[in-house]
Amino acid sequence: MSEAISMSDARPWADPTAAPFLQIKNVTKKFGDFTSVYDVSLDIYKGEIFCLLGGSGCGKSTLLRMLSGFETPTSGQIIIDGQDQAGIAPYDRPTNMMFQSYALFPHMTVEKNIAYGLKRDGLPKAEIAKRVSDILSLVQMDGFAKRKPNQLSGGQRQRVALARSLVKKPKLLLLDEPLGALDKKLREETQFELIKIQESLGVTFVVVTHDQEEAMTLSSRIGVMTAGEIVQVGTPREIYEYPRNRFVADFIGSVNIFEGRIAEDGESHVIVASHEAGLDIYVPHSISGVIGQKVAVAVRPEKVQISKGDLGNLRNKLTGTIDEIAYMGDASVYQIRLDNGKRLRVTQTNLTRSEESTLNYGDRVNLGWDGSAGVVVTS
Amino acid sequence: MKRKSRFLMIVGILGFTFLYAPILSLVIFSFNESQLVTVWGGFSTKWYGELFRDPQILDAAWVSVRIALASATLSVVIGTVASFVLIRFQRFRSKTLLSMMITAPLVMPEVIIGLSLLLMFVAMEGLIGWPGGRGILTIIIAHSTFGAAYAAVIIQSRLVDMDLSIEEAALDLGARPVRVFFDVTLPVIAPALMSGWLLAFTLSLDDLVIASFVSGPGASTLPMVIFSKVRLGVSPDVNALAAIIIGVASLGIIVAALQVNRSNKMSQS
Repeated sequence: MSEAISMSDARPWADPTAAPFLQIKNVTKKFGDFTSVYDVSLDIYKGEIFCLLGGSGCGKSTLLRMLSGFETPTSGQIIIDGQDQAGIAPYDRPTNMMFQSYALFPHMTVEKNIAYGLKRDGLPKAEIAKRVSDILSLVQMDGFAKRKPNQLSGGQRQRVALARSLVKKPKLLLLDEPLGALDKKLREETQFELIKIQESLGVTFVVVTHDQEEAMTLSSRIGVMTAGEIVQVGTPREIYEYPRNRFVADFIGSVNIFEGRIAEDGESHVIVASHEAGLDIYVPHSISGVIGQKVAVAVRPEKVQISKGDLGNLRNKLTGTIDEIAYMGDASVYQIRLDNGKRLRVTQTNLTRSEESTLNYGDRVNLGWDGSAGVVVTS
Repeated sequence: MKRKSRFLMIVGILGFTFLYAPILSLVIFSFNESQLVTVWGGFSTKWYGELFRDPQILDAAWVSVRIALASATLSVVIGTVASFVLIRFQRFRSKTLLSMMITAPLVMPEVIIGLSLLLMFVAMEGLIGWPGGRGILTIIIAHSTFGAAYAAVIIQSRLVDMDLSIEEAALDLGARPVRVFFDVTLPVIAPALMSGWLLAFTLSLDDLVIASFVSGPGASTLPMVIFSKVRLGVSPDVNALAAIIIGVASLGIIVAALQVNRSNKMSQS
């Protein structure tokens, strides 16, 4: 889904002539001695769904609050649509925010909640009524205009909050953990609806989330944050397949890490001598490192093949013993112990329906992955 | 298990009897026909009628109600401002001291509050000529000092619970801070303001000690009049008056409790 969006937008971030819609330039925020956001620079383009992804306390929410104007950067610049936002109060910014707690006004009906922002703009009554009913049908809440927030379910409140933040047609919509309070099933449905709404209105979204799945599904691009800094920016595919460092590899999905040293650094490949894998790992991309430098190779669990028989022509091969099996329905997760004690995680899609697994506890198995499956990560 | 719960029930009944039997007997005896307070002489509402023909009582009641209305309103205003300073402002040096000081009138003996206020009013009159003499105005000010303390405690607890992001949402949607206060903050804390007001109103109606210190000629509150009447011997019309006061006070407390209950339900959502 996210892939489809980035294609239709022709990947504006890859186009050097495209002007960014939101520019964050060297923004730092300190609370006393504590640095919450450190030297963050980002360019975000019109129509993007940009996700700030990171664990709690990584500074992503603070960054969002600086965009909305609730916090002032200690240093740096925020430019929205060519306009520097320094000194502009939240009520004068071209942004709207959807709060994590939804922050609906408890004493107002759904209708009044949504109309509040339009009334502040002094729009004529008839237009307010029309826009409120339009946005209510967009979020499929037509019949609920007269309800109070405490008469709504969590999912319904989430829709009202979204409608309230969208109804003013902001240039930039900021969403703070928009789906955090919903259960898994509802969250998945809502993700796709959110994308649909975003496409139909063409508003630029900046989403803060700690949920990597949510970030993967929603976003055109993801900015991974830790300890106040952006560690990598890229499309979901780039982040997942080419994590820049161990933190990113580990944070997004699960991963097997093999430590080792660079043994050979060629034009288009690297060989990492890994004591952990007991193997010289072949990786078909070059890095700028020196021979003997400590690095690690990251391999995703689903890219490792597993079999009791011969695996044929794979670049990297190992043998091990099955320690644990977790049957998940669509896939099975195997915990493999190598002879040197190193543990490995392997995921296999359950392609055929069978009552019994061909692989069992304690089986000796051959493991292997193709050269291109691994990626070298530093630090 | 069963015996234990019966024991608890007996203790409960005894406790409530201890608390409410005197009040109940007072209400019953207010409908007493007899001239003697302690001897039952049949049902009658004549003392209520007597009460409403007594100009001294009516005047005092009107004075008390005016004082209570004014001081309750003043208490809520002062209490709201104080709560905002204590809850919403960033930590400042004397914050803890200030938050302790605002609740001091709750524990200070009334005699001391009354005496110190009297001394202050006398000194102020000598220095700046205001307030000229003692009367209704000085009682209002005096009642506001402790009424504000009670109101502040109630409003603070509401403000602490309030989700700040509601106000931020209003700001974000284009409302200026003053608008946000009247559109969002005030309606959300309104139940607390209401119960704070009712509490201050009831306390003001009740007060005898402080009012006695700071009142002047022509400004006798209802409790002051009752007290002076009782000193000459308890007459049955005082019973009737007390019954009315109990009714009004209970009503106020019940309404306040319902308000708090309702607002809790709303904020839970």
